[in-house]
Amino acid sequence: MSAILPPGTPAPEFTLHCTPDQTISLSELRGKPVILAFYPADWSPVCGDQMALYNEILSEFHKHQAELLGVSVDGVWCHAAFSTDRKLHFPLLADFEPKGAVAKTYGVYNKSAGLTERALFVIDKEGVIRWSYLSPMGMNPGADGILTALESLS
Amino acid sequence: MAQLTLPVNPARDHFQGFADAPVTLVEYGDYECPHCGRAHPIVRAVQQAMGDQLRFVFRNFPLSEMHPHANHAAQASESAAAQGVFWEMHHALFTHQSDLSDNGIKTLATQVGVDPEKTISEILMGKHEPKVKEDFLSGVRSGVNGTPTFFINGVRFDDSWDEETLLKALQKAAEGE
Repeated sequence: MSAILPPGTPAPEFTLHCTPDQTISLSELRGKPVILAFYPADWSPVCGDQMALYNEILSEFHKHQAELLGVSVDGVWCHAAFSTDRKLHFPLLADFEPKGAVAKTYGVYNKSAGLTERALFVIDKEGVIRWSYLSPMGMNPGADGILTALESLS
Repeated sequence: MAQLTLPVNPARDHFQGFADAPVTLVEYGDYECPHCGRAHPIVRAVQQAMGDQLRFVFRNFPLSEMHPHANHAAQASESAAAQGVFWEMHHALFTHQSDLSDNGIKTLATQVGVDPEKTISEILMGKHEPKVKEDFLSGVRSGVNGTPTFFINGVRFDDSWDEETLLKALQKAAEGE
């Protein structure tokens, strides 16, 4: 695996499905900070689920006008079911075909597991990575680092 | 290593045990979270085992998108606190997780000896919402990544919180290692 992209790197452009018939491109969000949260898989069985936690903290992210995007290799229908079940209020992107292609460009694809790593990026409104963090796969990184990074943008 | 960013403060926090106890255990919890429900008797057991060596602090971390009653339950605990019976309500909530509806909360309020109507009206007014929110955000900034999350003497405890492991960690902290 190549290394996680460090701060100062222009964030690689991507277009991924967020629903079966809609896509999101990173460049559409230019002008706002973007939080990219790569995570290994939908349906993590614990209340400490990372996406559920971010769902609770969305209003704090929005105070910085930041948009949160979750990314895993799960397909769109899986994301749709997961998102409905957990009542998520932010998009989950399917890095599904070719599998993990976007994660690879960010240096956060775990080839042996066939999953995206648990990795966070805060991208500024010009599209430059300002903070990145690779978490141990089993460890939910929480939101503190994201909030600190967003605060340092302004 | 994740650290508690809002230090324990007896003026704002709910605590059991002595301020000069060598070990302080802080829990961020959600009254509707099943894991927290399982942790509740474990915390009581380690409190008993540690005796005067341990001070226990509980802060609210309601995951209200996931648990529809968690926020009202958290506010109920604060309302009970304002009426002088936080820990009684805390115990009642954790031992009645199957019914934390507003009606369920009223029943628990009666059981712990506070005015059920006052409790509910304070909840509906959001009287204790700022305190709950402050707890929640302090958790977010301290690296709380799910519930329950424990801190031992200000450092996040990332190990398993089964009774044996938790007690060992607390004993080690008491020995000052």
